[in-house]
Amino acid sequence: MNTTGKVSGIISNIVIVKADGPVSQNEICYVSLGDIKMMAEVIKVIGNDAYVQVFDSTRGLKIGDKVEFQGHMLEVTLAPGILTHSYDGLQNDLAKLDGLFISRGSRTEPIDYEAKWDFTPLAKPGDKVVAGDWLGEVQEHWVSHKIMVPFAMEGSYTVKSVADKGEYTVNDTMAVLVDSEGKEHPVTMVQKWPVKKPIKAYVEKPRPSKIMETGVRAIDTFNPLAEGGTGFIPGPFGAGKTVLQHAISKQADADVIIFVACGERANEVVEVFTEFPELEDPRTGHKLMERTTIICNTSNMPVAAREASVYTGMTIGEYYRAMGLKVLILADSTSRWAQALREMSNRLEELPGQDAFPMDLSAIISNFYARAGLVYLNNGQTGSVTFLGTVSPAGGNLKEPVTESTKKAARCFYALAQGRADSKRYPAIDPQDSYSKYLEYPEIKEYLDKRIEPNWTELVNRGKTLVRRGKEANEQINILGDDGVPVEYHDRFWKSELIDFVILQQDAFDAIDANCPIERQQYMFKLVLSICDKEFNYDGFEDCASFFKGLINLFKQMNYAEWQSDKFKSYRAQIDQAVAEKEVKSEKGE
Amino acid sequence: METKAFQKIYTKIDNITKATVSLRATGVGNDELATVGGKLAQVVKINGENVTLQVFSGTEGIATDSEVIFHGEPPKLNVSDNLAGRFFNAYGEPIEGGKQLDGEPREIGGPTVNPFKRKQPSELIATGIAGIDLNNTIVSGQKIPFFADPDQPYNQVMAMVALRAKADKIILGGMGMTNDDFLFFKNVFENAGALDRIVSFVNTTENPPVERLLVPDMALTAAEYFAVDKGEKVLVLLTDMTLYADALAIVSNRMDQIPSKDSMPGSLYSDLAKIYEKAVQLPNGGSITIIAVTTLSGGDITHAVPDNTGYITEGQLFLRNDSDTGKVIVDPFRSLSRLKQLVIGKKTREDHPQVMNAAVRLYADAANAKTKLENGFDLSDYDERTLKFAKDYSEKLLSIDVNIDIDQMLDTAWTLFAKYFSKSEVAIKEELMAKYWKGAE
Repeated sequence: MNTTGKVSGIISNIVIVKADGPVSQNEICYVSLGDIKMMAEVIKVIGNDAYVQVFDSTRGLKIGDKVEFQGHMLEVTLAPGILTHSYDGLQNDLAKLDGLFISRGSRTEPIDYEAKWDFTPLAKPGDKVVAGDWLGEVQEHWVSHKIMVPFAMEGSYTVKSVADKGEYTVNDTMAVLVDSEGKEHPVTMVQKWPVKKPIKAYVEKPRPSKIMETGVRAIDTFNPLAEGGTGFIPGPFGAGKTVLQHAISKQADADVIIFVACGERANEVVEVFTEFPELEDPRTGHKLMERTTIICNTSNMPVAAREASVYTGMTIGEYYRAMGLKVLILADSTSRWAQALREMSNRLEELPGQDAFPMDLSAIISNFYARAGLVYLNNGQTGSVTFLGTVSPAGGNLKEPVTESTKKAARCFYALAQGRADSKRYPAIDPQDSYSKYLEYPEIKEYLDKRIEPNWTELVNRGKTLVRRGKEANEQINILGDDGVPVEYHDRFWKSELIDFVILQQDAFDAIDANCPIERQQYMFKLVLSICDKEFNYDGFEDCASFFKGLINLFKQMNYAEWQSDKFKSYRAQIDQAVAEKEVKSEKGE
Repeated sequence: METKAFQKIYTKIDNITKATVSLRATGVGNDELATVGGKLAQVVKINGENVTLQVFSGTEGIATDSEVIFHGEPPKLNVSDNLAGRFFNAYGEPIEGGKQLDGEPREIGGPTVNPFKRKQPSELIATGIAGIDLNNTIVSGQKIPFFADPDQPYNQVMAMVALRAKADKIILGGMGMTNDDFLFFKNVFENAGALDRIVSFVNTTENPPVERLLVPDMALTAAEYFAVDKGEKVLVLLTDMTLYADALAIVSNRMDQIPSKDSMPGSLYSDLAKIYEKAVQLPNGGSITIIAVTTLSGGDITHAVPDNTGYITEGQLFLRNDSDTGKVIVDPFRSLSRLKQLVIGKKTREDHPQVMNAAVRLYADAANAKTKLENGFDLSDYDERTLKFAKDYSEKLLSIDVNIDIDQMLDTAWTLFAKYFSKSEVAIKEELMAKYWKGAE
């Protein structure tokens, strides 16, 4: 018998429920309003009073309305058929909802129970298995979707039987497992898991040792994101967070992309809905949508479900990681999630921390980021969840609580600068403030030496130094005037501008420039560095400026040209010629 | 609102604050309306039998024995085609005479459009103002505010945009509007012969501030009627959203909530998003486009209201007085339309994106040159040319009194490029240069 209760108080979407039995923290319940049943989650219990946050509007709710507790926490359904779907924060399939408007209490099944999947067994009778072990696989688009021992099963089991190769629906019994006491457990393709608990079906979580290529030069070349790593993009509005995340979601070298639109604009999600089914993954030639799941809780959807949406996304990510896949989770924006926590905490009349955020904000964010990572699975294979979130700092001030808490948790920091955005230098990733801790990892350095070329990280650091020195030179020029400084200052400044325009800036709306593969990044970066290493004859500072402007123009055309095409090569030739004409000939002569 | 027979009348109010009253009552629904001493109020909190009501027009004169009647339903608006051409107050009651509205009663602040059912906005809204059409193109289904100082002519610009935008309906939501501004809008629409396309919901400075909270929801309920039911293109003008936020702060303060940044309620982001996200392109061809005004204090965009707005809306437009030309321009640096990428170079000429960026970049160089000049440094030849370009650009394109179509704007820009710069200084894709460059090689 489940606990029931009656509404005894309403403050916006927080409802106080008098319960007639035991309730647990984070337990799900349904609040009835006429025929409508609205989902809610317990967030505080005082005596017999359960404080629940309702994932819907409480308009019209009355004292005495019925509440039924469910005896479990907020869960997601994990099974083949999650990819390509678009869910709300509570995993309702948005495509299956009737009507133009989302009516209250509407729920749809996240997966298709009728669909047939082509199953191939991987385990055989007699095998010893534990939670997360692979029993078989089905093909979900081009992802090999593993059917696993459900994560909730504790201890070890012996496989009694596995279904033969063939077509099955998700509710068919795919295997029978026997526990140590001889009890049989049938296993289907479906399992449920509470979103706020990390899935721990792995042996070990090592340090990341590879990078995740995104095709964005300012990230891959300058501050690479590790596979299984974490990063965040803070930036004031208009700095290009969303454009950058969309670019990464299209281009990243991942098997599965989970895009969490958390409290952001609906039109941005529509853009993904419209574009992704059309776009092809450059690596595999498959449609991008086939590897993508969208969790969408836009800013006008219920606030409480906003908080749930990031957890839903993370749990689905962990599920695919357990199949040995590379998962990339993008969340835009985690500040909206933090604000949802603030709204709840405020209504519960908790004592506030800084900027009225809850005191434990920092801990909540750290715990969440910690769920990402590279793992060794039970069978020795690896899987990873890479997490990249955006932060929308109030007033563009990076000293606010959400940015500061996230900075403690995430390893890559891509600060978007207002100044760069104002002068249309996109992506507006600030080359000075941004960092990737992974560049210091010996494992990553070693990997880059092999993947790109030996001593690559040293080249990157050289590039960074050049940018910094250019900025310092520019400050001097601004203080002392163009002719108040030696021409070397101009040389230094323009060399940094060359790196900025050619490497750091990238046109996300150009079909070719938008996605720059790592080989091309290497080529361009080395070409730019080789020019920065040269000395040139200038006829005054204006000559220096016009020389580099000419070069930048040629380089830009090169970035727009197809890799190694005739056009590309002709620009290269023009650059070589321009450089040769201006270069200081070494004493030996040539 | 007439009383219905079965309604229970309460006559004992326990607490009265400036904006709220509370009493013991049963069977009350959350968000439902009530009349308190003849004034309209809404339920905002229920704790057991203790019900708190927010009285829209303030609690002045309400006595502990005033009559409280619950209506049993949330605020509604009667929608029909007869809305067009009418002026209403925040409650949806006609002002300036005229009979009560008939039509289908609809709850205001209704549910959200399923994001999966939305269409991608793709229709350009031409305004003739180059600062908007060329640099910050607006698209139907977009939501975009003017960030303006109180002394700037934002209402005039907004009225101009509204009339040129070729919308089927224009819905004006006025919050804390001065009576003069209200009459200005009315005159402009009347003179343009557009009154039959206009619906207005107005809360003027003469009305109590808390009433404003109803205005956006009223306006958007009317907008949804025309867009969803009738498939029309609707333009909603909301001015001034800062005053709306002030009303939110007043209420939250009276309810003893802990304020967050700038004394605004912690839920400000969600409260504003609920309004702006009503902007939508619908599958039936109808659309709701929202153009709003957020007034700034001293140009400070880090204040909670413009800051949260910026994160919600799809860009923002800044007006600025250009000291070189003496004209009001749309600031090319700080203004942004996020949806422009959906139309520029697609619905407009192919050179649009690159011309736009090149012009803004050169204008930025002019700003640097100006700083140099102010600091007493010599200007290079290039600096001199950028300054001349900037003056022309500001006068012929950015100024809000320019009214030309987009092709003309692009041609003007190419002419200015050729007049002041070399090809490599303009740095546009070569294919486009070959086609549009207006000068010698």
